[in-house]
Amino acid sequence: MSAANNVNPPVVFTQDELGWVSWIDPLPEAELTERHFAGLVDRARAKSEYFRLLVRDPEVLEARTKTDKDIFYNVADGLPRAERELAAAATSRYNGCIYCASVHARFASTYSKRRDDVQRLLDEGVGADLGERWNAVVKASVALAATPIAFGPDNIEELRRAGLDDAEIVDVINGASFFNWANRLMLSLGEPSK
Amino acid sequence: MGTKDIIDTLAGIEPGSALDGIRAKRVQARDNAQKSYLSLFEPIDAGDFSLVERAAVAFFVIGLHRNPDVAAFYRAKLAATADGARLIEAIEVEIARGETSGPYGAFPAGPLSVENKAGLIYRVSAERKPELGARLVAAFEHAHLLVLRPRDAASADMKALLAAGWSDTGIVTFSQLVAFLSFQVRVVTGLRVLGASLGRTATAAAGA
Repeated sequence: MSAANNVNPPVVFTQDELGWVSWIDPLPEAELTERHFAGLVDRARAKSEYFRLLVRDPEVLEARTKTDKDIFYNVADGLPRAERELAAAATSRYNGCIYCASVHARFASTYSKRRDDVQRLLDEGVGADLGERWNAVVKASVALAATPIAFGPDNIEELRRAGLDDAEIVDVINGASFFNWANRLMLSLGEPSK
Repeated sequence: MGTKDIIDTLAGIEPGSALDGIRAKRVQARDNAQKSYLSLFEPIDAGDFSLVERAAVAFFVIGLHRNPDVAAFYRAKLAATADGARLIEAIEVEIARGETSGPYGAFPAGPLSVENKAGLIYRVSAERKPELGARLVAAFEHAHLLVLRPRDAASADMKALLAAGWSDTGIVTFSQLVAFLSFQVRVVTGLRVLGASLGRTATAAAGA
């Protein structure tokens, strides 16, 4: 087990940069082989404790990383990056992943230039009134995050009324669903630290 | 061609349909969601997390989501896995015992405590522990936490898995599997709802 003595956990949702501390041992950098570097996709990720932990299963990490990148970075014919990040932040806020919410709230602010609205999502929660389009994205993300899944035809209707086409709705579904993966992975294995 | 795309299969997306065309614009995401599935269920090394354990956890996790079509898929997968069929009945009982609505749980003590929401702290029944074995008992209890009250996760939960014989690497793959399935069942549900609104994609699955 990793020593967790120096963890100073945040007690609110924030757009500040947070650290993350693993509860079990990441692989030491010196032990990484080419199979591990393939799993990391970006070699620079060998510096991150989180990725050196996940690289214990390199094939799953590689596939997960490539899924993530395409869902969030491939903005051809689809939803603007800001609203994908909004879906990620709203999902993380609702599931309760303070670390994931911090990263993706920052991205949502950067790409949308609506830092105050993003902060209201963090402060007030997923019921914050952020205007029709963002409300529809947040509500769809929350409905997808619920167990059992509460996403239904009303969510599709709201997203359409807010101006999203079918390809953009698929981007909302992918982005929000992906954070049900990311949140559980981070929450399972460690904790954020200020 | 390898295995048919599992999300397309579960969501009833037919080749040439509108949703097939939209998914094709995110080909990396589609291919790598498939590769994630394959590396979790057909791994090159199952030494830290056996195939039957993977199928058992998958059936339990998807059962908790109460999506009958996807649950039937993972139930059949467990039945087809060596040593898996004997576990089905016990897992069905445990799914029924674990069913509830999430996410709930506690935030770190502070301003967010007003949002704390109490709910079921699931434990495998004593009756079924011998049948499932210590590793699956610990896995089901942690999987239930991750599915329904992920914000409750704490370092003590890792200790419970380690004490039940899980390795560090096994815990990473197990966490990936639970988290991946939480993604997969949501994409499938979302695409199915969207497909139904287009009045097209559901036909294949309905006839299956």
